[in-house]
Amino acid sequence: MSNDVLVFVEHLNGEVTDATYELLATARKLAGQTGGSVTAAVIGTGAASLAGGLGGADQILVADTDALGAFNPQGHAEMFASLVTSRQPRVTLVPYTSVGMDVGNHVAAATSQPLVSYCLKVDAGDALTATCQLYSGKVEADVRVDGDTAVFAMLAGAAPADGGRSGGAGAVETIDATVPDLAVSFVGIAEPEAGDVDITAEDILVAIGRGIESEDNIEEAQELADALGAALAASRPIIDQGWLPKTRQVGKSGLAVKPKVYLALGISGAPEHLEGMRDSSVIIAVNSDPQAPIFGVAHYGWAGDLFDFIPELTDRLEG
Amino acid sequence: MNIAVLLRAVPDPVEELELDGADLDRDFLGYVLNEFDDHALEEGLLLKEETGGSVTVYALGMADEVEQMLHTAIAKGADAGKKLGDDLDPVDAHGQAAVFVEALGEGNYDLVLSGVQASDEIDGQVAMLVAAGLGLPHVSVVVGTTPGDGSVRVTKEYWAGITADYDVALPAVLGIQTAREAPRYVAVARIRQAQESGALEDVDIDQPDNMSGVTITDMRLPDEGEGAEMIEGDEEAAADKVLELLQAAGVR
Ligand SMILES: Cc1cc2nc3c(=O)[nH]c(=O)nc-3n(C[C@H](O)[C@H](O)[C@H](O)COP(=O)(O)OP(=O)(O)OC[C@H]3O[C@@H](n4cnc5c(N)ncnc54)[C@H](O)[C@@H]3O)c2cc1C
Repeated sequence: MSNDVLVFVEHLNGEVTDATYELLATARKLAGQTGGSVTAAVIGTGAASLAGGLGGADQILVADTDALGAFNPQGHAEMFASLVTSRQPRVTLVPYTSVGMDVGNHVAAATSQPLVSYCLKVDAGDALTATCQLYSGKVEADVRVDGDTAVFAMLAGAAPADGGRSGGAGAVETIDATVPDLAVSFVGIAEPEAGDVDITAEDILVAIGRGIESEDNIEEAQELADALGAALAASRPIIDQGWLPKTRQVGKSGLAVKPKVYLALGISGAPEHLEGMRDSSVIIAVNSDPQAPIFGVAHYGWAGDLFDFIPELTDRLEG
Repeated sequence: MNIAVLLRAVPDPVEELELDGADLDRDFLGYVLNEFDDHALEEGLLLKEETGGSVTVYALGMADEVEQMLHTAIAKGADAGKKLGDDLDPVDAHGQAAVFVEALGEGNYDLVLSGVQASDEIDGQVAMLVAAGLGLPHVSVVVGTTPGDGSVRVTKEYWAGITADYDVALPAVLGIQTAREAPRYVAVARIRQAQESGALEDVDIDQPDNMSGVTITDMRLPDEGEGAEMIEGDEEAAADKVLELLQAAGVR
């Protein structure tokens, strides 16, 4: 085992994601604790051209190949796993994202290492420890890893991305880019269609969650939004039900928004939702559960029934 | 297509959680089907309707609600259910995956589906760990499938609404985020029929061990309203205050 920290570089359309820079920021801190260095592995299309942007790493391993498409759940995972096997890092970091989920679980299993998911914070002292978010953000847990090495899947926002953009030696090493036989083949990528409303450009968003209960009740929320001159946004379940178009979804798999005011009605505040709205200037949350994690990021909160609240506020705005 | 769907009971997200040392206080805790597993079941049923074949649902007997969960799945259209163990203590994702891998062993399934994640999976995602245990290819965060010839085309969601399609050779394991259609509802009468149908088999297993190498040393609840300044009073007081806040933010 080395004292190094190995980071999986997530990239799409020729850009390294913020999630990766956040990993590099965590990795720099950990390398300080272990006395090792930070290695970043960038695999796939355009990998060579991305190395220059990875100055947060001391060493950048580049496996440039077009054979994996934008991302191949099996190909990327297997190629990264073989790097973990050969380099033996003390700590391996992946993002807790759609890409990182495929890679992290495979790598941990293939190299027989523990995997710690939903991580907010990792430390590498005598033992590897982490703080994680469980039960959709309702509980925080401290964990200790038995053994010397582990893979950590980091939640978005665990460290500032800017902390991972520089500070390393940035030495580039080209490595074998031979792609193994794959049972999963990349077909193509699809970007979302533009919607009627661009929620990322709105000053005020009225965001509704599962607390709205039924499609019929959306009208009431829309009325409030109209009275406010706001656009209606939503958490994922509302979109999955088909009650609002995908372009209105805020969060991990939707859009990141930063309005002046974000009014969250009946949204619990799962980490995947918070990731898309926590940078809003003023967050006001209404939720009947005083324990709801949304109150952890909101600036103002009212613990009560949204169906009591909406007409009161609409009245005041219209009156 | 012969499909296995792995279902998990998770603490009901609407319940107030209480802690007991480094675990939840589970004495009075209610459990529900993991919402993403409900989508996995729906996608499995849709695939079966398109291609023929069967859907078999599996769950570990870690909560009283599991039997009802399996009967509900059968009522929705699953052909058979297997309840693995009874009255089991909670076990980590690695331990659960090991039980599923063993149970799926003889099944000859074309496809194994489960939810992309569960709220208690601190040591990894069961679906992906099962894939590793079976040595099968996997794709997570799947939002739709189309059956092919010896393969399935899956749509995986990346982020910000961007998706990618993959052709996955069978057999394979998929972590389902969202089914093509909202999960179906089923009438209580159908669930009662399912209870009588004998389609649910109880499989005897020993209490599985935790296998993750990850130990939880402490658990905390975030402080009530941590961060937020809580508005006191009824809805009128709340609306008054929010109006003030809107004015202060310069949007009113
Ligand atoms: C890979 C992945 C990506 C994801 N991406 C996203 C994403 O982009 N965006 C997203 O939002 N989610 C996303 N999710 C889903 C996320 O995990 C949660 O399931 C989701 O955010 C929950 O939405 P919700 O808060 O509306 O529902 P719930 O968690 O069910 O919360 C409903 C809330 O409403 C409250 N409530 C109920 N009735 C009332 C009432 N009458 N008055 C007031 N309050 C009430 C309840 O107390 C509860 O807190 C993703 C999940 C995964 C696995």
